[in-house]
Amino acid sequence: MMGTMNFLQAINLALKEEMHRDEKVFILGEDVGRRGGVFLATEGLYEEFGDRVLDTPLTESAIAGVGIGAAMYGMRPVAEMQFADFMLPAVNQIVSEAAKIRYRSNNDFHVPMTIRAPYGGGVHGALYHSQSLEAMFNSIPGLKVVIPSSPYDAKGLLKAAIRDEDPVLFFEHKRAYRLLKGDVPEDDYVIPIGKANVVREGDDVTVITYGLCTHFAQQAATALEKEDISTHVLDLRTVYPMDREAIVEAAKKTGKVLLVTDDNKEGSVLSEVAAIIAEECLFDLDSPVQRLAAPDVPAMPYASPLEKYYLVTKDKVESAIRDLAQF
Amino acid sequence: MHKYERAGLQKDDLLYMYRTMLTARKIDERLWLLNRAGKIPFVISCQGHEAMQVGAGMALERGKDYLLPYYRDLAMVVHFGMTIEDIMMSNFAKEQDISSGGRQMPGHYGSKKLGIVTGSSPVTTQVVHAAGYALAGKMEGKDFVCLTSFGEGSSNQGDFHEAANFAGVHRLPVIFFCENNHYAISTPLDRQLSCVNVSDRAKGYGMHGETIDGNDPIAVYAAVKAAVERGRNGEGPSLIEAVSYRLTPHSSDDNESTYREADEVTEAKGRDSITTFAQYLKELGFFTDEDEQAMHDEIQAAIDEATDAAEAAKYASPESALLHVYDQ
Amino acid sequence: MAKEILMPQLGESVTEGTIDRWLVKPGDTVKKYDPLAEVTTDKVNAEVPSSFSGTVKELVVEENVTVAVGELIAYIESDDDDRSDEQATSSTEEQHVQQEEPSDAEPSMKSRYSPAVLMLANEHNVDLKTVTGTGRANRITKKDVEQFIANQTSAKNEPEQTIEKEAKPSDNSSRQATSVTAGEKVPVTGVRKAIAQNMVQSVQEIPHAWTMVEVDVTNLVRYRNEVKDAWKENEGYTLTYMPFFMEAVTKSLQSFPQLNSSWEDDHIIYKKDINLSVAIAHDEALYVPVIHGADELSLKGLAKNLQQLSQKTKSKRLESRDVQNGTFTINNTGSFGSVQSVPIINRPQAAILSVESIVKRPVVKDDDSIAIRSMVNLCLSIDHRVLDGLIAGRFLQDVKSRLEGFSKKDLS
Repeated sequence: MMGTMNFLQAINLALKEEMHRDEKVFILGEDVGRRGGVFLATEGLYEEFGDRVLDTPLTESAIAGVGIGAAMYGMRPVAEMQFADFMLPAVNQIVSEAAKIRYRSNNDFHVPMTIRAPYGGGVHGALYHSQSLEAMFNSIPGLKVVIPSSPYDAKGLLKAAIRDEDPVLFFEHKRAYRLLKGDVPEDDYVIPIGKANVVREGDDVTVITYGLCTHFAQQAATALEKEDISTHVLDLRTVYPMDREAIVEAAKKTGKVLLVTDDNKEGSVLSEVAAIIAEECLFDLDSPVQRLAAPDVPAMPYASPLEKYYLVTKDKVESAIRDLAQF
Repeated sequence: MHKYERAGLQKDDLLYMYRTMLTARKIDERLWLLNRAGKIPFVISCQGHEAMQVGAGMALERGKDYLLPYYRDLAMVVHFGMTIEDIMMSNFAKEQDISSGGRQMPGHYGSKKLGIVTGSSPVTTQVVHAAGYALAGKMEGKDFVCLTSFGEGSSNQGDFHEAANFAGVHRLPVIFFCENNHYAISTPLDRQLSCVNVSDRAKGYGMHGETIDGNDPIAVYAAVKAAVERGRNGEGPSLIEAVSYRLTPHSSDDNESTYREADEVTEAKGRDSITTFAQYLKELGFFTDEDEQAMHDEIQAAIDEATDAAEAAKYASPESALLHVYDQ
Repeated sequence: MAKEILMPQLGESVTEGTIDRWLVKPGDTVKKYDPLAEVTTDKVNAEVPSSFSGTVKELVVEENVTVAVGELIAYIESDDDDRSDEQATSSTEEQHVQQEEPSDAEPSMKSRYSPAVLMLANEHNVDLKTVTGTGRANRITKKDVEQFIANQTSAKNEPEQTIEKEAKPSDNSSRQATSVTAGEKVPVTGVRKAIAQNMVQSVQEIPHAWTMVEVDVTNLVRYRNEVKDAWKENEGYTLTYMPFFMEAVTKSLQSFPQLNSSWEDDHIIYKKDINLSVAIAHDEALYVPVIHGADELSLKGLAKNLQQLSQKTKSKRLESRDVQNGTFTINNTGSFGSVQSVPIINRPQAAILSVESIVKRPVVKDDDSIAIRSMVNLCLSIDHRVLDGLIAGRFLQDVKSRLEGFSKKDLS
């Protein structure tokens, strides 16, 4: 069975299927119950699963910390942070606790928990409803950070995250929720965490990206076909820990690498990709590695022209690919 | 009727109670000597907390209830099943340290099989985990309770308040056990709280709160026992504050003479439960001076043996530092 | 057996402790964990207990003395032969370090060229197939290419002035004026780059000291004027002043072998042979061919050798042996009208001498009369690691007296 659905519906379906499959799975977060989440990611689940969809007080550190406790006990909590921007109060629980519990207990305890959080901008969310915070968690061994780029991936990766034995941060681009539509099988499938995905083969320029930017890269690649520019696109899918092998292979494929993120440029997760390429691909490069990212300002402004200026778009990706192709 | 009888305890319970308290005290004293002899890098002490820890721990059911302790809970974890050798292995950071295999500093207790949940150094994070354990138990229809302990300083952390509120809202069987020893390192109580008691905070979270004498293990047992019953009966969490005094510096790295008077410590030692409870047992006729001496000697011998064993034990292999980041 | 008591580390960041008071004295019996001393550190005050049961044998550190963590403070004669302590210590330190095994199956990197290597090779027309790689799996490193270029350059070697006083400065400047356009940016390559590198290295490595003497060469000038036409006729080339200076310098070097030497890290090598490097300019480069065994040559022999090397330089036929093993450099700065210069030493030699222009000047003589004399300045740079001013000064005085005392030569 296959149905066309948007990104949000794919998330909802994955949650529903996993809750049916495993009664240890439960959801906790702000407004996730009757309201179905502010983006409706958990719509209908409270009606179906009752108290397994738990409305919490406004209390991000406790959402993470209660999830950690329950996970250590043996449950599989799926915590929702209403916006990635609001998870900073929970960072101590995520970094000091979730990430380190297996290691510090010498494998006695572990935390099979998923934390979902909408990230990214382009929805007039301004500074505190638009941030990309993945880089903050990109050097925390013990954590996994997954960012899907399509409805199909969203379902398969979320199911994998829920079944994972370690804590997974699952970032969902809020603009992707209703923008991205695609075929999503109604049957049970998982996409392995830690593996990147070649979404398009090409031999002039390699784009390495993740999340919604994968969509822009594919659009740009299609447009550039008319100019005889052939673009290879690698979607990281998991930004931590990174799939080194796939990155090296994709970089060597064309020798010209463009890294695209909607986070700001300095120290983004792609800086690590650039470092991997620097370590492994010296003799295969045909151009300097390039990064396309948001400007290095604190966060996204509210006013439309400013927001548009800040955003990575299909046109910006296209222009950067063209530029590199001509190098 | 004696108060111990009212609390539902018997002679053997009291003798066990004292033996456990004394074991913790004597381990603790040995750790200081080992530190001062340059054999172990760090000590964080339980001295002054033994009565409340053993009293509270005995109110729980081992093998069923969960403990989410903090770094001072040596006596509590000894009651929950950690052996003297376990403690020594941890202090010497040897491979056989059951809490972490030598990865964490001592005092960071954890053992799944004993129902002691692993903890960290940023204080109060474990308090939230207790709510998580309790939530899981409630969802699974279990009737276990979770006791999590922390100092009065930690009762100011956001995580305490978030956990207390969460547990209050969801009527979770959590016992918030505050071990008030008057000092958060050097900062005294009146610089930590503006209310009289930590337990005053219970009201804000819709839970039972009470303050008891932490030097009286029977009183602590009774108060925690009642909290356990409330938890098992679905009446939600409790905040129990046991008040005592920290008889040592904060840690082996601390110099307490910079912030408190020696007289104050001496006076507190007059209320030391290790002395007063022994006296109480003798008054009841449960215990003689000879019994006391024999108990001391027996424990001391066990500590000597465990010290030697831990000192001679091997470290985990250096490369094992790379293991257990993720499921393998 | 006597066991050591060491100053323990009391506190996480503590590095030393002070013995405030000994609580025991030699001869006292102590049990394991009995207190031995009161110690104060930056963080704590504590009693240090004994790690052994036994008799106090010796207190090594006195009261109120501060010692480092880990330092011996006392000996205890132990009654138990319990070795657990040593065992634990050794088990602590028993770390097996895994050696990385070099893999022999590593594929050759001989033809993996980095961008830097490719660029350098291209700039200098280096055929990379002829370069030996010293990197892993024989990869050619940037340094390998740089070394290769440097070797090629020294096989040609350098620069800039000819020995011929006749080589007119105006020629030189007009040539440069045609080859360089003002405001133009010209990449530094080839010989120029090699010269630059050598010069920089010399200046960075060698502490240069400099001194100058003026020499009255009136007699020499007269003599040369007398014989030069006949010389030209007989020998077929012009007799310049240079051979006279070379002869005087060679003789002085025999008297002062300290200047005919080189600095080699921790020792100085005094050279047996005197091989004079002579700077010869050609086109825009400076070459420094060598007259080997100068001490065995007559004035005529020196003149002839110089003439031949000069020809070879101009016709670009210098071979590598022509530029090797120089021990002292003589530099004819006078050829372009200079009267004073500070030459840079030609590594690894220890000194270089510049012969400036011979100019007629009024000179106050010993009897206070004034005379017109042909004067020349000799400028000497020395490696101050090898030589001091005293020796350099004596050497120059020796050269000076030889030149001033010049008398007619047998030029046969």
